[in-house]
Amino acid sequence: MGMDFLTSAPIVLISFLSVLCIVVDALTPKSERITFYFAGFSMLAAMLMAAFTMPNTGTAFNGMITTGGVATFFDILFCMGGLLTLFAARPYILRENVEHDEFYTLILYAVAGMMVIAHAHNLLITFIGIEIMSVSFYVLAGYFRSNTKSVESALKYFLLGAFATGFLVFGMSFLYGSTGTLDYTVMANNIQSGMINFPMLLSVGTGLLIVGLSFKMAAFPFHQWVPDVYEGAPTVVTGFMSTAGKAASVSALMPIAYAIIGESGHQVAGLLAIIAAGTMLVGNISAVVQQNIKRMLAYSSVAHAGYILMGFVANNEKGMTGIVYYVTAYLFMQLGAFVLVSLIERNIDKQLELRDYAGLSKKHPVIAALMAFFMFSLAGIPPMAGFFGKYYLFIAAIESGYTWLTIVAVISSMISVYFYIGLVVQMYFKDAEGEGIDAHQPGLAGLTLTVATFFVIALGIMPSTVEQIARSFFK
Amino acid sequence: MIEQVYLIPLLPLIGFVVLGLFGKRIGNEKLLGMIGASTVGAGFLIALSIFFGMTGMQPEERSHVVRLFTWIHAGDFTADLAYRVDQLSILFTMIITGIGFLIHVYSIGYMHGDKSFFRFFAYLNLFVFMMLNLVLANNFLVTFLGWEGVGLASYLLIGFWYDQKFEGTNITWTGDAAKKAFIVNRIGDFGMLIAMFIAYQYTGSLDYDKLQTAVVGGLIPAHIITYMGLAIFLGCTGKSAQIPLGVWLPDAMAGPTPVSALIHAATMVTSGIFLIARTNVVFASSHTTLAVVTGVGICTAFFAATVGIAQNDIKKVLAYSTVSQLGFMFIALGVGAFWVGVFHVMTHAFFKALLFLGAGSVIHGMHHEQDIMKMGGLKKHMKITHLTFFIGTLAIAGIPGLSGFFSKDEILWKAFSSGSPVLWGVGVAAAFCTAFYMFRMFYLTFHGEERFDHHHVHPHESPLSMTFPLMVLAVFSIIGGYFGIPHAVGALLGHAPNLLEHWLEPVFADADKILNHSHAAHVEPIEYGLMVTSTVIAIIGIFLARSLYRNYGKASTEPTAKLGGLHALLSKKYLVDELYQAVFVNTFYTLSNSFLWKIFDVKGIDGVVNGTAQLIGGTAERLRRIQTGVAQNYAVMMMAGIVAVLGYMVFVR
Repeated sequence: MGMDFLTSAPIVLISFLSVLCIVVDALTPKSERITFYFAGFSMLAAMLMAAFTMPNTGTAFNGMITTGGVATFFDILFCMGGLLTLFAARPYILRENVEHDEFYTLILYAVAGMMVIAHAHNLLITFIGIEIMSVSFYVLAGYFRSNTKSVESALKYFLLGAFATGFLVFGMSFLYGSTGTLDYTVMANNIQSGMINFPMLLSVGTGLLIVGLSFKMAAFPFHQWVPDVYEGAPTVVTGFMSTAGKAASVSALMPIAYAIIGESGHQVAGLLAIIAAGTMLVGNISAVVQQNIKRMLAYSSVAHAGYILMGFVANNEKGMTGIVYYVTAYLFMQLGAFVLVSLIERNIDKQLELRDYAGLSKKHPVIAALMAFFMFSLAGIPPMAGFFGKYYLFIAAIESGYTWLTIVAVISSMISVYFYIGLVVQMYFKDAEGEGIDAHQPGLAGLTLTVATFFVIALGIMPSTVEQIARSFFK
Repeated sequence: MIEQVYLIPLLPLIGFVVLGLFGKRIGNEKLLGMIGASTVGAGFLIALSIFFGMTGMQPEERSHVVRLFTWIHAGDFTADLAYRVDQLSILFTMIITGIGFLIHVYSIGYMHGDKSFFRFFAYLNLFVFMMLNLVLANNFLVTFLGWEGVGLASYLLIGFWYDQKFEGTNITWTGDAAKKAFIVNRIGDFGMLIAMFIAYQYTGSLDYDKLQTAVVGGLIPAHIITYMGLAIFLGCTGKSAQIPLGVWLPDAMAGPTPVSALIHAATMVTSGIFLIARTNVVFASSHTTLAVVTGVGICTAFFAATVGIAQNDIKKVLAYSTVSQLGFMFIALGVGAFWVGVFHVMTHAFFKALLFLGAGSVIHGMHHEQDIMKMGGLKKHMKITHLTFFIGTLAIAGIPGLSGFFSKDEILWKAFSSGSPVLWGVGVAAAFCTAFYMFRMFYLTFHGEERFDHHHVHPHESPLSMTFPLMVLAVFSIIGGYFGIPHAVGALLGHAPNLLEHWLEPVFADADKILNHSHAAHVEPIEYGLMVTSTVIAIIGIFLARSLYRNYGKASTEPTAKLGGLHALLSKKYLVDELYQAVFVNTFYTLSNSFLWKIFDVKGIDGVVNGTAQLIGGTAERLRRIQTGVAQNYAVMMMAGIVAVLGYMVFVR
């Protein structure tokens, strides 16, 4: 038992600290600063713990959670996402004059929930993690409580999220009914050795599980909440949800894909392939006509879920490696783009139209250059990180026989170039109407942007470093 | 220390980033120049310490591979960002950083007051970074990175004064000259790429070691080796300005003079020699390839030397002399004397950098006048420049005792001893022309009547930051040859050892084995005869130039003009530019304009593209209508999705 606490230190630590955070918050008056630093240091500590425990692969607490390996890699990613969001959020909410101490605490909870998801080795734990994360997100989305759009988005998110969660639990109960267990390893063994009741229950249960997780990942046809919620939620929260949140849903699907889908052959892979193709096409095509930059990025986020799903279609060492690489790259480039949007934004929902960005390169060359940089990376243009992410996933799909899916992916990537570069065109080749827009001083957000830029370059120039780490998890 | 080799290219890269991003804000010329020069200078010191560390090792232990990280990993293919530190690469590294440092220092004076001072040093640092990648690479890919990178830096620097006019065939702006250099080089790069494909096809890797092992082990068919050698050589003719791709180098003189010295004389143009030296076994294994290299080398050496006679722009004379000297290096490589080629790279780097910087000093002192017909008598105005320029001119003419003599004479001897007196004869003729046109330029510039306009031009000696590099390079132009004393001369000097040949021996060991070369210090008497003959011929060239141009005045007529049609042909550079313009440029232009643009592009491509765009836009509009914003509708859509998924799970097997 003592060893269990050591090997699962990151998750134990973050859970303890997030509970402590409420106590600290309650006991100190004017606690915004304190909760900010507390949340920040908690994530930093959890990140270090994750790095230390990475080699201790195994399970803990009677096989309820896994330790080490890819789970800790995701831990680091979530904490990184949380920290970067924290830095960008403080100047943002101070500017909008709505700083409340619970904001930072909520981010910490969300990260704790994500880490639980990544470590889950049991359907129940996965479910608990998803709920911790989702509930934090519902509140965060409605954080601007005097802004109707923000409140509306929170409500929509909550309603539809609850709807999807219902199906998720439903699917889990079916799986339990069919295999008699909630533990991933036992479940995989039972399926492999044919020790299952009612094979139909297994199929339906798997289908419902995919439905629930598709909703969380924002995959077609369960993506419709995404543009509305992402548009209404505070911009930095949107950045956080669409990157770390998506990565968490991906980490939930990962053990399921290995344990359940891997055993049931091509049937589920075919379903995932259809969902992936639909997600990529609908996401990218819809983004083309968006006028609001947050909606455009929301659809682009949908499309990226489609690329990631390609790795699950391949469902082998290469596919999983590609997924880990992709979510890492995606986290930095998408978060960076949203933080830049938050610098331009005024009074919660002003200056978010694409045409507001006209002539930005003349007035704010650095912001425009960084934005262009993230757009090129999102579009998958080498040598930025996004290119290698797509490359690994596409290769994995081709090698497992899904050439048609790769062709769809390439076509939809080409469509995506239109709106990513469209923004660059606005910034560089269009003249501003009148004065042009002002951007805020980045302050702490500058740190976020520096780190994000650094990783997008580093991942693009030295893709093999992360790729090799990721590969070692799936050997 | 060898493990720290990555610092040598890293420092200029940092310099490039700092200067490029913050250069405008720093503003202070001294500080900018210091940043630019110190990154290269520090690299030189590191290279030196690695070199001395290597001298302490056994010859076979001197080659090291320093792997930094895996650059690309795709399927079975891996390419590391790895540096190969061996006798060849460290020599080139020292030349690049050493001469590069001097030229950076020189540029502080030369570029003083330029409005884009920081940009110049940023580009120079970029160039040094790329060039170091080229020579330190352990595989073709990193070399190719450097190869393209120096091409880019060269493009940026030739067109550095992009708002200035420049005369040339179909060239009006310096930017046009930059474009010409870039495009002509692309043709060579194509050959280089083909060679890389072949290497990957037959060895499954782009590493030089693997290629060498495969070639020596006979794993690659002989005809493929020939193709590969020819493809590499095509790349080399581009970068090293040989026939048929040499036309860009004279126009590259549109760049600032330090650029001409660094890139278009001392370093970048020798990358072709480097690449052949690096892949020496490929060349040694094919007589056809060697014959082509020799043939192209001798033709280039001779034709460029003759063109040099009729040029009046001080930098163009030097440009043609560079092309001609590069031809000499290729002759050495072509007859299998790889170390001699590298030796000439080294000595040439010293004296040609010196000559270019000297020319720069003259141009600086003459308020940007480059026509030697409008100079004369500068000796009394520019004493240091005159003296150092004289040393450089003697060195290139091949006067015994100076560096050029050792390397050039060894090349001529290797050409002769490879069984071809004709090769030797043409080489000596080229050397005669070299001696003649170099001293023609020297006398027209520094002696004779002062032909410039005294009201507007007041010649003056350049500042110390410019003359100091001249003096250092002058010293090396004298002593540089003593690192590679040929055996015949060494025998006279009490068996002085040939340090350079001995140093490079392990690099070329396999090639020597293939070619049955031995390193016995056996001296043939005829070698002395040839040496004396070529020296006498060079001296005749010098005295001919002296008698014709020493007292050249305002009213004098150009003596070479008496050659009539030949002179016209030479001053028009054998009309090669006009020929290329008519055959290639105009043909492609017509094809592009009438068919590719107006029919294929406008009607075909644009039609498809616009059609697709309309299709996607229409679909997107329809999708937008489903997005109602009402949560209940979304729930219904989700329900439909769930039914579909479950239907699939139940019915599709």
